[in-house]
Amino acid sequence: MPSNAPGQAAPIISLRGVTKIYGEGATAFKALKGIDLDIAPGDFVAVMGASGSGKSTTMNILGCLDVPSSGTFLFRGHHVETLDRDQRALLRRKYLGFVFQGFNLLARTSALENVELPLLYRGDAKKERHEAAMAALEKVGLDKWWDHTPAELSGGQQQRVAIARAIVTSPDVLLADEPTGNLDSERSVEIMELLSGLNRDSNITVLMVTHEPEMAAFARTIVHFKDGLVERIEAQHHQGERVA
Amino acid sequence: MLGTTFLLAIRSIARHKLRSFLTTLGIIIGVAAVVTMVTLGQATTAAVQKSISSLGTNILQVRPGQGFGRGGGGPQPPNFKPEDVDAIAHQIAGVTAVAPQAQSSTTAIYEGANWSTTINGTTRAYFEVQPWPLTSGRTFTEAEEQAGKAVCIVGSTVAKNLFNGGEAIGARIRLSGISCDVIGTLSTRGQAGFGGDQDDVVIMPIKTVQRRFTGNRDIRLMLVGVDDAYSTAAVQASIEDLLRERRNINGSKQDDFNIFDTAQISNTLTATTNLLTQIVTAVAAISLIVGGIGIMNIMLVSVTERTREIGIRLAIGAVAREVLTQFLVEAVALSMLGGVIGLLLAQVVVGILSALGGLPFLFVPEINLIAFAISALIGVVFGYFPARRAAALNPIDALRHE
Repeated sequence: MPSNAPGQAAPIISLRGVTKIYGEGATAFKALKGIDLDIAPGDFVAVMGASGSGKSTTMNILGCLDVPSSGTFLFRGHHVETLDRDQRALLRRKYLGFVFQGFNLLARTSALENVELPLLYRGDAKKERHEAAMAALEKVGLDKWWDHTPAELSGGQQQRVAIARAIVTSPDVLLADEPTGNLDSERSVEIMELLSGLNRDSNITVLMVTHEPEMAAFARTIVHFKDGLVERIEAQHHQGERVA
Repeated sequence: MLGTTFLLAIRSIARHKLRSFLTTLGIIIGVAAVVTMVTLGQATTAAVQKSISSLGTNILQVRPGQGFGRGGGGPQPPNFKPEDVDAIAHQIAGVTAVAPQAQSSTTAIYEGANWSTTINGTTRAYFEVQPWPLTSGRTFTEAEEQAGKAVCIVGSTVAKNLFNGGEAIGARIRLSGISCDVIGTLSTRGQAGFGGDQDDVVIMPIKTVQRRFTGNRDIRLMLVGVDDAYSTAAVQASIEDLLRERRNINGSKQDDFNIFDTAQISNTLTATTNLLTQIVTAVAAISLIVGGIGIMNIMLVSVTERTREIGIRLAIGAVAREVLTQFLVEAVALSMLGGVIGLLLAQVVVGILSALGGLPFLFVPEINLIAFAISALIGVVFGYFPARRAAALNPIDALRHE
């Protein structure tokens, strides 16, 4: 069994009775109706569910981009739901990495500078930024493309740059929102193999929203959402063994 | 971090060159107008003061007639007589010297050269009441004045045109058929504040001029030197009283002469220049405000255009203050760019206008510094609102922005 496999260790993320209500009064919409969810450090979790099932709202809360209306959210044992906007930003800066469906790279900006961006906010010196960013680009196999802008890169390459940007700060958790949604199946598999490799080799906990069962198959755990609740959690031991 | 932010701001401005230039136009015009006007105002004031001080301070000019702009009809008021000069010189306390003047036009001839000029008849007092040093030779002796000898002192323009750099002292020039020995040459005084070359003159004893040229004892102008210890206004009032008495002007009748304090010209011109500077500065201030609004507008557009970028930065972990700083720095960089272009433009315009107006080229560090600081301040003031808006964006909505 690999050392980073989900075991008895304390969960890195723990949601208890989390609700999210949009709007007020008669028009209020209850997106989350009480989520309980534990995620073990080093896990690779796929989040699935129909649109409106609450999976995106949950990911926003897990990504510290949004706050629950009620309930508790513990990250590494610390309450997140009480943090203010800037405190959550600092938490994201230090512990989280994001990969989006639409890549969300800065246009007209080289791959290297895109990857350097989080380090800029961390206040790293220029030399360290360059070295760390080049190392991250090497991990995703794009070190030779460092001076290309997103417009000069293919979709798969852009998503690799986005992954390099997400991992350059060595985050604890990587949140990926349909990372393969804009890619063909061949590129999708490459991206999934990259994420699996990072999860396995760099001990990064990966949370990934996906619609595609083939992509979810790469995960160790699949969380199914339905109507604002966790419907069921499915462990895929065979997959864990396969990638290990 | 701020250095990097500044570089990013410059890059973002460079990405939209035309748009940035048009946005900063208001600032450019405002800064250029302020700097140009204040600089030209100071140059004019300095030039006026210089020409006034070359005329001499503490000098009263006494002329027959009712002064500038007044008078008009009626009989010509009588000119002064030599007795008036003596009366002022001897009866009024605080008068250092009185220089009478009688003028005539003539053509000066020396060997092959001839030159149209003005003869100014006066006394040695002329060189006492005002600073006008000789470059060579001497002024008249008392004997020459009394006898009305044909001796003359030439201004630098006359000297240049008659002698062309050669020795003037001892030369005998002809003025309207009268031979005259040159005994002195004057230093260059330059243009008068109101045009006219002060150096285009031949100075002779007043008796000589009256006898040989004007044919009468009339004095058209008296320059009265006032002792520093006395008030010019008080001396002016005493002279007025004395002349009214001598010219039999009683009761409420108006003076038929005028006394002019040269310092007044300086004050009037300075006040006019200041007023003009203030008006243009006010207009320029409006231009700066309009420029600021332009910057605010373009920054709001920029924030909307770059909503996704802001979302990415926030998701990555930028705190609100960092996003605010980024857009604020961009607005300030934009307005400072306008400020710099405005300053450069101002130097060019000042250079051209100074050359056209015959003024010395001035660079006034203070006004350039102030104008630049104001341009930066405009960036802060008008950039704050758009920057606040950027910083307040919700990262989730910003990332979804199309």
